[in-house]
Amino acid sequence: MSETKTGKKGKTGETETTEATAGAQLQPRRRGLTRRQKRAASRGLQYVVFVAAVAALAVTADWGGLRNQFAQSDLAGQMFPDIITLALKNTVLYTVSGFVFGLVLGMVVALMRLSSVGPYRWAAGIYIEVFRGLPALLIFIFVAVAVPLAFPGTEIPGGTYGKVALGLGLVSAAYMAETIRAGIQAVPKGQMEAARSLGFSHARAMVSIIMPQAFRIVIPPMTNQLVLLFKDSSLVLFLGVTLEERELAKFGRDLASQTANSTPILVAGLCYLLVTVPLGFVVRRLEAKAGEATR
Amino acid sequence: MTTNTETANTETTAGAPEIRVRDLHKSFGDNEVLRGIDLEIRQGEVVCVIGPSGSGKSTLLRCVNLLEEPTQGQVFVGGTEITDPDVDIDAVRRRIGMVFQQFNLFPHLTVTENLTLPQRRVLKRDKAEAARVAAENLQRVGLAEKATAYPSSLSGGQQQRVAIARALAMGPEVMLFDEPTSALDPELVGDVLAVMRMLANDGMTMMVVTHEMTFAREVADRVVFMDGGVIVEEGAPAQVIGAPRHERTRHFLSRLLDPATAEVGETPERMDKAGR
Ligand SMILES: Nc1ncnc2c1ncn2[C@@H]1O[C@H](COP(=O)(O)OP(=O)(O)OP(=O)(O)O)[C@@H](O)[C@H]1O
Ligand SMILES: [Mg+2]
Repeated sequence: MSETKTGKKGKTGETETTEATAGAQLQPRRRGLTRRQKRAASRGLQYVVFVAAVAALAVTADWGGLRNQFAQSDLAGQMFPDIITLALKNTVLYTVSGFVFGLVLGMVVALMRLSSVGPYRWAAGIYIEVFRGLPALLIFIFVAVAVPLAFPGTEIPGGTYGKVALGLGLVSAAYMAETIRAGIQAVPKGQMEAARSLGFSHARAMVSIIMPQAFRIVIPPMTNQLVLLFKDSSLVLFLGVTLEERELAKFGRDLASQTANSTPILVAGLCYLLVTVPLGFVVRRLEAKAGEATR
Repeated sequence: MTTNTETANTETTAGAPEIRVRDLHKSFGDNEVLRGIDLEIRQGEVVCVIGPSGSGKSTLLRCVNLLEEPTQGQVFVGGTEITDPDVDIDAVRRRIGMVFQQFNLFPHLTVTENLTLPQRRVLKRDKAEAARVAAENLQRVGLAEKATAYPSSLSGGQQQRVAIARALAMGPEVMLFDEPTSALDPELVGDVLAVMRMLANDGMTMMVVTHEMTFAREVADRVVFMDGGVIVEEGAPAQVIGAPRHERTRHFLSRLLDPATAEVGETPERMDKAGR
């Protein structure tokens, strides 16, 4: 394998050999392999290992069993259109409402973190540390159990949608606050000074001049956050939802247990990828663009 | 702004004091940067502030619009004591234009938006009025054709002229300039100085921190030499630059005009500009 590799290189291969002969005089080498040839050989070995591993998996796996359990096309067909019109729609709704709530809260926490008022800074710092340090699942359970206890008689507006927005929002706000803070601090100090010297108040300068620039900086990490939220919305599973409120994960799991077959799980998974893969692509494009702009 | 051209640029301009600085002190921690500054600038007067790096020129300028909070002393602008804790500083700053060494244009806005947004948000002008004032001031600095461009597509000299237009669009009584040409390539300095010259001729009250000795000599009514946080000497440009009374001033000017004796840290391009 390594021979064909170096052979294909043609011209560069020739210059290598001249280099190699020159080097060989200085440093005698066993088996006469140049450093490049060695590297090619090692790469070749890695290919072999990879192919062997994939082949071993392919051969040993019980494909028939897997197909029965995960790829029943008639079962998959039954899931439509509900999986799109209900489950995917709900997933998107949960994600967006959680994102919006998290964004608003995250912005407030970020501004508190940057405040000149000590207690604001401390409170924001504690919030960020706590909510970044807790598993999202615990926060969901907390929202479902503790909030009704803490404020008896009050219902979270919006029912399940409200609870999910709150749960996802509380989690993502901590991350978003740190991202937004970094974004604000990345805006050069001269921007605030220019705005103030034109007569903007601090708050107005923040809103009209600094934030719009900070947001451009944080769009890629925020889109990443959206992908994370999209997946975390599956935690709704633990809140106890009505049939109409089910999202992708719950929808897939319910159907899987009804039919004693895992095909719905696979289809639900594909639905997640349908959204997360393009979003991931967008993030990379935005990051590349941001990299260009700063150059 | 409508003061006659012939009254400007003459020693005898007897305008009311526009800026008055009294016993101004400013410390950063233990570092006392300004050690008692007294200065008066009359309406329509152009004052150039010169001095070595670290002498406190920028700090003085920034105290005049309270970008820095003075440690002690008073600053009056147009009769208002801006160091009075009860004064609405945002209202005062509207009357004082400031131009920075690094331009500080808003990069996410077009040239026109850079001029209209402050007018609309701060002065509450309506859209049409703000656009009219913006166009007028871009015309004034010779950049009407760049109205829809973004700052990043402009040369440094053009960006600085937009920054001047942005400040002018607010209708300030006073303009402060902090080394407006120090970040520019030598061939772009002239355009910016020409705009400043025009402003001076139009009777604008100007306080200019600069290393451009030719500009100071030709345009300033008065030159102030600062060193070590105090004003060492001030007077007509011909006197302060041409025949300095103090040894420190002489020393500073000789270093500025003769690169051979320059200390490390004084950038060569400054000497170039001073020599033109
Ligand atoms: N925000 C600040 N915090 C601490 N020290 C500062 C601050 N701003 C300025 N200084 C210090 O104050 C002194 C005077 O600075 P200033 O910028 O006023 O000098 P300058 O005369 O404008 O010099 P240059 O010609 O280099 O611009 C310097 O020693 C500087 O380190
Ligand atoms: Mg300075």
